Amino acid sequence: MLHTRLRATAAILAFGFSLSAASAQMVYNRGNPGDPETLDPQKTSTVVESDVLLDLYEGLVTYDAKAQIVPGVAESWAVNDDGTVYTFKLRPNAKWSNGDPVKAQDFVFSFRRLMNPETGAKYANILYTLKNGEKVNKGQAKVEELGVKAIDDRTLEITLEAPAPYFVAQLAHQTGLPVHPGSVEKFGKDFVKPENMVSNGAFMLKSFTPNDKIVMVKNPNYRDAASVKIDQVNVISAEDRSAALRRFQAGELHTYNDVPTDQIKFIRETLKGQFRVAPYLGTYYFAVNTQKAPFNDARVRQALSMVIDRDFLAEDIWGGTMIPAYSFVPPGIGNYGEPATVDWKDMSPIEREDKAKALLKEAGYGPGGKKLTVEIRYNTSENHKNTSVALANMWKPFNIEVKLVNTDLKTHYALLRDKGDYDIARAGWIADYSDPQNFLFLAESDNKGLNYASYANPEYDALMKKAAGTKDLQARAKILQQAEAVFLRDQPYLPLLFYGSKNLVSDKVSGWESNTLDRHLSRFLTIKQ
Amino acid sequence: MSDLVASGAAPPSSAVKGRSLWADARSRLVRNRAALASMIVLALIALACLFGPAMTGHDYDQVYQDYTRTPASLSSFPKPDQVAPAVERIASRMRAKAEDIVVGPDSVRATLVTPRPLDERLLVYFERSDMFLPARVVDKAEEGRRVTVEAPFQKMHFYFGTDSNGRDLLTRTLIAGRVSLAIGVLATTVAILIGVLWGAAAGYLGGRVDAVMMRAVDVLYSLPFIFFVILLVVFFGRNFVLMFIAVGAVEWLDMARIVRGQTLSIKRQEYVQAAEAMGVETFGILRRHVIPNTLGPVVVYMTLLVPKVILLESFLSFLGLGVQEPMTSWGVLISEGAKNIQGAIYMLIWPSVFLTATLFCLNFIGDGLRDALDPKDR
Amino acid sequence: MGLFILRRLLSALPTLLVIVTISFFLIRLAPGGPFDLERPLEAKVMENLRKIYQLDQPLWYQYWLYLSALMRGDLGPSFYFRDFSIAELFARGLPISMRLGFTALTLALIVGGTLGVIAAFRQNQPTDYAVVGLATFGITVPSFVVAPVLQIVFGLTLAWLPVGGWNDGAMRNTIMPTLTLALPQIAVIARLTRAAMIEVLRSNHVRTLRANGLPLSVIVRHTLRGAALPVVSYLGPAAAALLTGSIVVETIFGIPGVGRYFVEGALNRDYTLVMGTVVMIAVFVLFFNLLVDIVYALVDPRVRYE
Repeated sequence: MLHTRLRATAAILAFGFSLSAASAQMVYNRGNPGDPETLDPQKTSTVVESDVLLDLYEGLVTYDAKAQIVPGVAESWAVNDDGTVYTFKLRPNAKWSNGDPVKAQDFVFSFRRLMNPETGAKYANILYTLKNGEKVNKGQAKVEELGVKAIDDRTLEITLEAPAPYFVAQLAHQTGLPVHPGSVEKFGKDFVKPENMVSNGAFMLKSFTPNDKIVMVKNPNYRDAASVKIDQVNVISAEDRSAALRRFQAGELHTYNDVPTDQIKFIRETLKGQFRVAPYLGTYYFAVNTQKAPFNDARVRQALSMVIDRDFLAEDIWGGTMIPAYSFVPPGIGNYGEPATVDWKDMSPIEREDKAKALLKEAGYGPGGKKLTVEIRYNTSENHKNTSVALANMWKPFNIEVKLVNTDLKTHYALLRDKGDYDIARAGWIADYSDPQNFLFLAESDNKGLNYASYANPEYDALMKKAAGTKDLQARAKILQQAEAVFLRDQPYLPLLFYGSKNLVSDKVSGWESNTLDRHLSRFLTIKQ
Repeated sequence: MSDLVASGAAPPSSAVKGRSLWADARSRLVRNRAALASMIVLALIALACLFGPAMTGHDYDQVYQDYTRTPASLSSFPKPDQVAPAVERIASRMRAKAEDIVVGPDSVRATLVTPRPLDERLLVYFERSDMFLPARVVDKAEEGRRVTVEAPFQKMHFYFGTDSNGRDLLTRTLIAGRVSLAIGVLATTVAILIGVLWGAAAGYLGGRVDAVMMRAVDVLYSLPFIFFVILLVVFFGRNFVLMFIAVGAVEWLDMARIVRGQTLSIKRQEYVQAAEAMGVETFGILRRHVIPNTLGPVVVYMTLLVPKVILLESFLSFLGLGVQEPMTSWGVLISEGAKNIQGAIYMLIWPSVFLTATLFCLNFIGDGLRDALDPKDR
Repeated sequence: MGLFILRRLLSALPTLLVIVTISFFLIRLAPGGPFDLERPLEAKVMENLRKIYQLDQPLWYQYWLYLSALMRGDLGPSFYFRDFSIAELFARGLPISMRLGFTALTLALIVGGTLGVIAAFRQNQPTDYAVVGLATFGITVPSFVVAPVLQIVFGLTLAWLPVGGWNDGAMRNTIMPTLTLALPQIAVIARLTRAAMIEVLRSNHVRTLRANGLPLSVIVRHTLRGAALPVVSYLGPAAAALLTGSIVVETIFGIPGVGRYFVEGALNRDYTLVMGTVVMIAVFVLFFNLLVDIVYALVDPRVRYE
């Protein structure tokens, strides 16, 4: 009797449960370490934005779960023989969230808007590969002259300034996302407001409260809506890494893409498989001011670089979330193969020290020589501080005295940009797209903004120029490797580490794949209730 | 009532005639046991911060690569479970494999296996590590491809643990106290001096002068402090004196408001009006009658100000004005510790203990000082 | 009194002007601008942006533009949150910060005031030591330590409350932030009340009252007024600060208030956002300090303004 009653209750409970589960929405709480500055795909510039925008919009090409480039709104494309004209065929079923078809003209509108100086697009220069892109953006040509043309509603023709093997990869960047021309014309810059926004991605914007959350719901008009399992995505702004970790532990966040580095050991012990580290296309480096004595001496720079115990930095300071860097271009990058490495990579620490001492001695420094005083500048952050303290300690035995100076981020980068008076400054670079050129151009002498070392080597510039004109990918890779070898010989930057992506992924999340771009579109994920 | 007698204040009749206000206050302060004990503890903390760093056996900036984020412990390092991984790491640097690792109480014995005969010069890696003294070869086999070595431990203590760079936290906590105590005392003094004078003058003079002086306080209150700090850094570089200016410049504002509030009330008291009637000059009245009567809240506020100033310093460090690595302060250590609260709570506890102890002492001293200076109790 | 309030309200305008003027030029002196990023912008892109936000105009002209917009009540667009105007940001955040701040302030006044009075009456007895000890602890332990501890205890270990998030202001989500905000204020108010009470208790007229054996409640009522002055003085700026939010509490608990804009705006060089917070804080400070001056006259008949 009791038995049956119990069973009956259990059955009711189970039934009730399954009922509510069936009707329950699948909600994905995605922690984001900051807020998007904008949800306007043409104004975007940050990684935080890319995660949101790639859920809201879909470009001609897009990423799959492993961040490989796959067809998006375009179902196929063709390239002409000299690699300068791309013809994209759009899918017939691609729709905006209001039901309008996504047309080739929409992309023309969007690319023109990106290049139009009046838009104020921070990242317009990424698509300077487009014919007349740079000229339009600089106000030297009319937007109509941009090399983007709609042949018909479903055919888009894009002409490039010069062949660029990485062009399709560039298109997947969030600046290549389209906007709905009708709503932009109607609402102006307010088209990004939740009540106005029309988007073509897997999700639609429901609300955006800065420092709180962005709510997105499934877009029924999305071309592949049937495969999207999540009903609602809450992109939760959680800037404090330690607090975000606690929210993750409490189950309030399903994923979060950063961790407090100091607590890696604790995280590994408590979260085990839910903490996922994977290689990431980024280099962490310290730029040396090559215009200032004695740092204009390549021997000094080489010696400084040589005696850095990168294993200690990667394992102990960064808790094993970074990879020791002996080249500048990270491994696993597209169109490259194996990067060139420094020639002392395989030397033992003792041999490296002896070599460094010899180099310093030649330059007049080192033990027994003049004292070398180095000022390391970094923007305030626990990780940069720990790294700089470790460097100071590693250089100390070589009669090198290190002074550490930290400032807030804006002051730091304003100093670098203005080529202020510094010896060594912390910097880093994350790939926009998977191509070695996206790293090596940082040391071109005419790259005024990003060449923090003020490195100017005609040999290097010539190689970079030659590579840009080479269409054959293998030949191009060879030339770029030669350029990197020159770079590593001169060490204008001391490459220290390659970034790793550090994700917290709840066991409830499936479909989540580690990848080198650390892109994870919500439409591939499923959340277990 | 009983609690008045228990307050530690001497009955008025016992005051010796002819003593000055300050001498009297001093003798009463010394007779307050809590205050006296606090002064002794505070002096001990100060002494520890001054001389302790030289006696811990570690330099405050010494990085021990083998001991990053080591929890606090009374027993010596290396711990048995740390030894084997360390030996393996050393072996891999020597391009060898460590086998049969036997950890003894004072040394470790291990067999290094290499494809080619081992170059014994590489044993120097043992003494380079922070855990071992120079290793010696005990046994060789297979023409030097299997070398058994013994390395004695290099014993050391980390009573407070180590930080992310493997630096001894005891030494760092002590050295941090120098900066924090200095800024706590000096900046607070500056803030109180300006605040009391400004507030008393505004309140006593009243009218238009008061209005202008207090609006000036409001203006300073509303200005974006961060830019003030950033500009100090940019135009004058890092400078210890600037830190006091930056802190002093903002922290006197509350003080001024509190003292002015008291003064508004005090200036209507009979004794002040009597003094005015007798023609005592303004500054004399402020000094003799107004300021001493505001001291109660001032002393309390001082004890509130010290921790505020010490913690504010860590924010200045964030903007690049405060202390600079490898030097540190309690504020910086505590804010680092707070970030590690889950994984390494010892990083937070020890500096906090020092700061809290200091403040308890200041509290009792402050209370004693107030009692001693209280004009009504004389 | 009416005249006094009127005069103060009138004097607020020139004070605000001074604050706005100094701040405007002060923040422009700092290195780095709103569009200096970790990866610098293409020179021309930067130029386009500066043009859109009129940063290419001479500084005095920008000042004039800002001032005339301010007169119309327009705080301008945010340079960082490019989809929002400053007014929109404040309209969302300020009510949240004010709600939390107000609750914390009320809590602090009730708890802190009571503790302070109790301690004063029991001076140098165990109760007093306990209160002073607690207060010292509350002042010493910064909110960036209190907040994580609360999160770990109530959010993770006991799992009674959500660790963070605003959740549209659900009660459960506001408990820990309010406590974190209130704790240091409780401590300060307890200390100030206690000290002021002791002072009053020692004055001759209260000694007489106590010697005559009047009931405690009467004595408390008599003394409280006199003891209120320093607390009221402290409360003016404290209320202004609490109601305009706290960066520590907001970032750790993930609360969309305005407290973080002060620091974030500065670090991002979001000029209009910083100016907006400056104006907002100035209005609060001026208002509460006026309020304090009025309260002075109410609690202490000796205070008069000519």
